[in-house]
Order: sequence, then C-alpha cells, then structure tokens
Amino acid sequence: MTLSVALCQLRPVLGDAAQNLAAHHAWLDRALEHEAGLAIFPELSLHGYFLRDLTQEVAVPVEHQVVQDLVARSRDCSIVFGFVEESADHRFYNTAVFAEDGEIKHVHRKVHLPDYGIFEEGRYFAAGNQIELVHSKHGKFGLMICEDAWHLSTGWLHFAQGADALILPSASPARGVDTDETELSSQASWNTLVQAHALFFQSWIFHCNRVGFEDGAMFWGGSSVLDPFGDSVATAGQEEELLIAKMETGPLRRARMTTPLRRDLKPELIRRQLARLLNDPDALAIEREEAAPESEQ
Amino acid sequence: MTLPPPPQCNVELAECVLTAFLREETQKVGFQRAVLGLSGGIDSALVVELAARAIGPDKVLAVAMPYRTSHPDSLRLAEESAAHAGVALEVVDISDAADAHIAAVPGLDEDLSEMGKLRKGNIMSRTRMITLFDRSARDHALVYGTSNKTELMLGYGTIFGDMASGINPIGDLYKSQVYALSRHLGVPQGILDRPPSADLWEGQTDEDEIGHSYDTVDAFLHYSIDRRYGRSELERLGFDAELIDRLQRRVRHNQYKRRPPIIAKLAARTVNLDYRYARDWGV
Repeated sequence: MTLSVALCQLRPVLGDAAQNLAAHHAWLDRALEHEAGLAIFPELSLHGYFLRDLTQEVAVPVEHQVVQDLVARSRDCSIVFGFVEESADHRFYNTAVFAEDGEIKHVHRKVHLPDYGIFEEGRYFAAGNQIELVHSKHGKFGLMICEDAWHLSTGWLHFAQGADALILPSASPARGVDTDETELSSQASWNTLVQAHALFFQSWIFHCNRVGFEDGAMFWGGSSVLDPFGDSVATAGQEEELLIAKMETGPLRRARMTTPLRRDLKPELIRRQLARLLNDPDALAIEREEAAPESEQ
Repeated sequence: MTLPPPPQCNVELAECVLTAFLREETQKVGFQRAVLGLSGGIDSALVVELAARAIGPDKVLAVAMPYRTSHPDSLRLAEESAAHAGVALEVVDISDAADAHIAAVPGLDEDLSEMGKLRKGNIMSRTRMITLFDRSARDHALVYGTSNKTELMLGYGTIFGDMASGINPIGDLYKSQVYALSRHLGVPQGILDRPPSADLWEGQTDEDEIGHSYDTVDAFLHYSIDRRYGRSELERLGFDAELIDRLQRRVRHNQYKRRPPIIAKLAARTVNLDYRYARDWGV
C-alpha cells in the first residue's frame, strides 16, 4: 500500500482565521492535484503562533464553523490542522485535529507547553493529558505537536501503542547563526530530533513546520519526511512549499524485522520502575537535586 | 590568559534570514519603501546592503546627515556605500537645525565639559531621527534601524535618537558579527578599515569610550548573555573581576533604553503589562 502525503508548509496570518481557512482550501486543492490521501498543516495553522492575548479572542470550540469547514473538506483527503480550541469549561488548548471522511477522527491537545525563552504557552494554554493513537483508514498515526516531541515519552507512548507513523506539526522559530555549522542551530537540533524519533521508534516521520515571520522571529520551515530507518525521504526549504512524499508499508516491516525494537519493548519494567519512583518521594527528591544546575547569579 | 574569541557568524544564513526579515516585516505593515541614515560607518553600511537586497535598491533611500564638525570622510564613505548598494542618497546638512536647538539652551554652546559634549551629541542624534521620520512620512517609507547588539546591550546610543526605528535587522548581531557579515556583502574597504566612531566630536572612537576592544566586549556579552555563563565560569574563561563588574553594571543600567517607557498601572489591563499583543497583530 502506498499513501501520498502532502506537507503544507505555509505562512499563517497572525490571528486571521478567515484568511487562513481560505489558504488551507487553496493548499488542499494543490495537494489533491498530487493525489494526496493525507494533508498535514503546521501547528496552530488556522490562527498563527505568537498570539498572546489574542489566544482567547480567536479561540473556537471544535463545533465552530471554521473547524467544521475543514472537517467537511476531509471527504477529499484526510487532514491534520491546528487551531486554538476553547473547551466547554473555557480552557484554551493548542490543538491539532485529524479529520477523515468528513468526521473528526482524533483531537490531540498539546501536552508539553513550552514556557521559556521566547515561548509563553504555559501562560495562555491548558495542557492536554492524553497521548492516544489515531486509527485512520490509512494506518495508525501518533499525533504530537512541536514541544511534545522534545519529551521522548510522547513518541515512546505512540510507539508502544503501535504507531506506523508520527505526525509532527510544529511552529519552530529560527535561532542560532553564531556557529560555523551550515544550518541554524535550532534547525540542526530539530533534524537530530526527528531522525532520533524515526530511528528509535522505527516509524515514518512527517514533520510539518511553518514559515514566515512574527514580530521578528522567523519560522524556518524545513519540513521533512523520514522513513522508519531514519533515512530522509523529502525535505522542504525555508519558503512556502508543498512537500509530497510516499508512505509505503515495505520499509516499516523491513526496519522492524531488521532491528526488532518494538518486539523487545519492556513496558512492564517501566511500569514497575515508575511506580517505585512515584511511591518514593525521597527517590524523586534526590533526582531533582542532582539535576539542579550549579547555583550562580 | 587568552580571552575566548568573539562570536562567530554564519554569514550565508544571516544574510538569508535578515533579508527575508526586512522584506516580510516591511511589506506586512503596508510599506514598499525604506529610509535609513547612512553615517559612513559600518552598521548603516551593512543595513543599506541588506535593504537593497531585500526590497530592491530602487525602494531604498539613504540619508547622509552631516553636522558642521563631522569628519569629511564620513560623507565620502556614505556616498561610496550608497553607490555600492545602488541606492539613492539624500544629503541633509543638520548644522542649522541642530545649532538652533543648541542656541535655544542658554550656555550649552559654550559648555565644553563631558556632559556638554554628550548633550550636544544627543541633539545631533535626535535631529537626525527627526529628519529620517519626516522622510518616512513624506515617502511612505519604513525607517530601518542600524543599532547593533553590542550597542544595545551597553546602551551606547541615544534613546529616541539613533536608537529609534521602525524595524532593526542588525539588533541581534554583535559588532564583530556586523564586520563578518559586512565583509561577506562587500561593504567598501574604506568603511571596514575605519575605526568605529559615533563622530559626534573630533577624535571620538567607540573603543576609547567603551574602554575595551569590541572583540573583548563581544566575547564577554556572548558568553554572559547568550550562553548564560555565570560569574565563576566567566572568570575561568579569563575575564577579570573588574571587567565583569563594569560591563554587567553597564548592561543593567541601560535596560531602560531597551524598553518602551513604563506606565503607571491603574486599570485592569495596562499597555504592555497585561495588555499583550504582538506588534504584527496590528497589521
């Protein structure tokens, strides 16, 4: 089986859902010309990233027309897109939806909210608390948003549940030209990170980053597709780009046959160790102290 | 003990990011054109090269604004720089305008103290700002800033003067990185070779006034600010206690120049405190 996947590396307009929705449709038209069965948009693709106080103003429930409009479009191909979700009890989530055949198959609320450096997500968003697979007609997908991937537990939980592919929408700002490397240091870290995911979790990786500037910060694009051996299949540049890649069943089987990491998972061991740690405040306290940095001004 | 070198700069990447920045952040706010002051120094020579590449040389106006005591090399190098970038140059002699301000303050013209020189220097810097923002309105052109990161961190600039701009492409590049990128973009050799100076009075040079070489200051700021080295780590790198004290104090004391004015909080939502929106929101 072969699935054509379209990564829609676009430039969302900050806070303008109507304009971004129209852009999503235009990108989907192009993706369909390439016979895409799955189209993936970046993190917060309907709303933009550095929203600050706009977060609550643009937020919509999943029932809202702007979300449902794209859900309806998923009759043409499966779609992953992002927006600010407001729950019935008025919490605000950084959410990605997996829509298929005109229905919502899965809602992933970002679990790990970065709140350091230039990031302020902890101030504005509530954290999701579930890491569950999407059971799509195209296979089993693990959905994780940007910072979720920096916690390897997210990918591991998807791997343990049997993901064939990890879908990773992001909004990663460019940092680091003070090296003699050929790429931005934030880009180099991400490339290492996605390759590690492909290698350790023996899954297809669809990393869809955005482009454009918000208040001086550039999102560096570089969306990428890797196969379950960790080899690069396709990589985008730093401008708007529709990246098309084929996902096949062969490489997944061969990778897991060659190195049976999933067969040899030890979830019971992890359960026992975690239970011991969680029941022993002293053990946790010691670890925290050891992890604390040297105290200096 | 040898100090660490100043920070590197990947010039191809920096060029790519900064030209995209200028293009996008200019057009996003509805401008097609840009205006900037060209002093004959390296910072503005770099910005005019970036501007010409980003939005096209025909969309960029450079303004040279000599004062009667400015070194003649300044105007000559500004002309060379504008010609190299292929942009139009307007020369505005600010002597009359600045002198009128100085003359309006009794005793200032005769004041030859350090404070007198500083006040007159600030008047020149702010006269240039007025000139640039007037051209901005006249030509519907965004003012590009030319303050580098070393200046911003040390507060080595005039608030509401040369530090004023619409957008600034080089505010995250230390002076040594400004040199690297300038060499890459072919900034005229005469500008690269000239000792950096605000040229507000005769014989003034940046490194004399700052008290250290740019290489030393940049290395210190890079490790202290970007890499977040603590005091003992900085000392282990070879920075002596006195330098650490002096530069840290200077960075701290000039924080006010890097922020908009603070506002007395009274209401539920106060501008920039808890009324927080990206500037790009206003687009």
